[in-house]
Amino acid sequence: MSDSRFSTKSLAKSPTGISGFDDLTLGGLPKGRPTLVCGTAGCGKTLFAATFLVHGARELDEPGVFVSFEERPSDIIENVASLGFDLDALIEAEKVVIEHIAVDPSEVAEIGDFDLEGLFLRLELAIDSIGAKRVVLDTIESLFSAFTNQAVLRAEIRRLFDWLKDRGLTTVITGERGDGALTRQGLEEYVSDCVLLLDHRVQNQISTRRLRIVKYRGSSHGTNEYPFLIDQGGFSVLPVSSLGLNHRVFDERVSTGVADLDAMVGGGGFHRGSSILISGVAGSGKSSLAASFVDAACKTGQKALYFSFEESQDQTVRNMRSLGVDLGAHIAADKLRYVAARPTFYSLEMHLALMLREALAFRPDVFVLDPLSAFTETGNRTEVHAMLLRIVDFLKSEGITGVLTHLTQSGQTVIETESGLSSLMDAWILLLNRESNGEFNRELYLLKARGLSHSNQVREFVMGGDGIRLLLPYTGQGQALTGAARRVAEAEERRRERLREIEAEKAQHLIEQRRRRTLAQIEVLRSELEADEAELRGLVQVETDRRTQVETDEVEMRKSRGN
Amino acid sequence: MSTEEASTRKLILYVAGETPKSLAAISNLERICREHLPGKYRIEVIDLKKNPQLAREHKIVAIPTLVRELPIPIRKIIGDLSDEQKVLINLKVE
Repeated sequence: MSDSRFSTKSLAKSPTGISGFDDLTLGGLPKGRPTLVCGTAGCGKTLFAATFLVHGARELDEPGVFVSFEERPSDIIENVASLGFDLDALIEAEKVVIEHIAVDPSEVAEIGDFDLEGLFLRLELAIDSIGAKRVVLDTIESLFSAFTNQAVLRAEIRRLFDWLKDRGLTTVITGERGDGALTRQGLEEYVSDCVLLLDHRVQNQISTRRLRIVKYRGSSHGTNEYPFLIDQGGFSVLPVSSLGLNHRVFDERVSTGVADLDAMVGGGGFHRGSSILISGVAGSGKSSLAASFVDAACKTGQKALYFSFEESQDQTVRNMRSLGVDLGAHIAADKLRYVAARPTFYSLEMHLALMLREALAFRPDVFVLDPLSAFTETGNRTEVHAMLLRIVDFLKSEGITGVLTHLTQSGQTVIETESGLSSLMDAWILLLNRESNGEFNRELYLLKARGLSHSNQVREFVMGGDGIRLLLPYTGQGQALTGAARRVAEAEERRRERLREIEAEKAQHLIEQRRRRTLAQIEVLRSELEADEAELRGLVQVETDRRTQVETDEVEMRKSRGN
Repeated sequence: MSTEEASTRKLILYVAGETPKSLAAISNLERICREHLPGKYRIEVIDLKKNPQLAREHKIVAIPTLVRELPIPIRKIIGDLSDEQKVLINLKVE
């Protein structure tokens, strides 16, 4: 880690190999100087020191001497084995020496002036035997109970620290926390370069370890208390995000696994690396929607990490099968990692650390946290908010799409409750479960989707054997309806349509009838007209005939008269 | 166990170089033994500067350290042995 990123001209640093801590201190402990690590019993001082030593020996070719004033070497080897350190092998390879310095006060009498030259000689021998660059003194305060002449002891300890510093050895000195002071014997007086304080607090029956940099001469450092944890993965400090808001952004889309939802945001789904909050009341389908995200990612060859704080793996796998989503196959194919834990099992920080570590190890494309609200029971709001911020920051910086579900208490005003969450999220899908006409209908509403044009409609959310579908609501008559109401409204609409059709048919029929009647009348009139014309023609003929007859008769008469 | 053997004291004095403290311890020890345990002691002086690995083997932290190996149990006295009475008490010489 001592790369150019941390190259500060002012002070050379010695990386500890403790994830988070080296970032926090911009490189690690001051090189060639003593560092005091103090804290109460059982807070992890020895493990901090051991990690520092083993990291140097294993990764940086800086052999180390572990001087134990309390525990026997075999105990130390066993203890650090729980962190995955094989001290035996390092001792074999002459990378590490454990020097056990035990003084039993019962067999020693002090008569006159003395010094601790024996300790110096043994230390020197151990250091020279492997060419050590790092030294751990754990816990030098034990000497105070072994010797009665404290003045000599203090002078010798001061001389020891100076001696170590002169030899350019990066040293970690552990000290037990005293009343009102950092260490019982006031060791902080002698170590002026770097002082770390480890703490172990229990709150709401959940213990949290914290680390604070009390002093770091010549280097800038964070001054907050940082949670840390110790488990089989080692010692890790979790700095509160200092990443700022300069994450990479992606134009690439990630499918939600619900074609209708993808369509709602303009097709293709949400942007990769965005954080999507799915909130809703109990049974509104949050987990199912999240599972569908996972399914879509896994089907396209991406990896997903699913953190559940409600259901076990088998339970979720079974439940999602009813949606036609086979999470079991994805788990088997190592595409999906499912981690289930009770929210009260660890503190918030511990959960956070576990999540981040899993994510770093598994490198997923989609990260699901189901549900977020599980934490509001264990921590207070500011803590939960801070944790969320860290998760979201982390996901964004890694380009992981985050899907977080949130259980809304029925009766809560949704917007108010989650105002804190909302600003962190890029997209917010609201799942409603509304009661109307004696039934609950699931509805989905896209409350926000940064950078995506999206539909403002409340869709009906229907889960079936073939997955999730979003139905367009009934939007006639100036209102949007879902569920039975929609079906009723649609039926009504159809009925009205039928009626209109019938009405129209009837009207058409009537007109036809009238037309036909009119035509008939026209026919009658025409035949009357023809009859009249025929009669007229008859009369004209008769008249013509009569006139012809008259003329003929007149001619006949004139002829007969002979004139 | 014979009285001869029981009364013989095997004393090892660990020092580191010729420091004033070391030299004082050596002369104090030799004087006390000469005066109070004539003929009943064996003194061995080990300079850890020359053999530092012995400090580890014999679990020596403070300098000077006087170890009474015999008679058992082992007793350790640290310091320049400037208080004669205390030295005698710790060596069980009355």
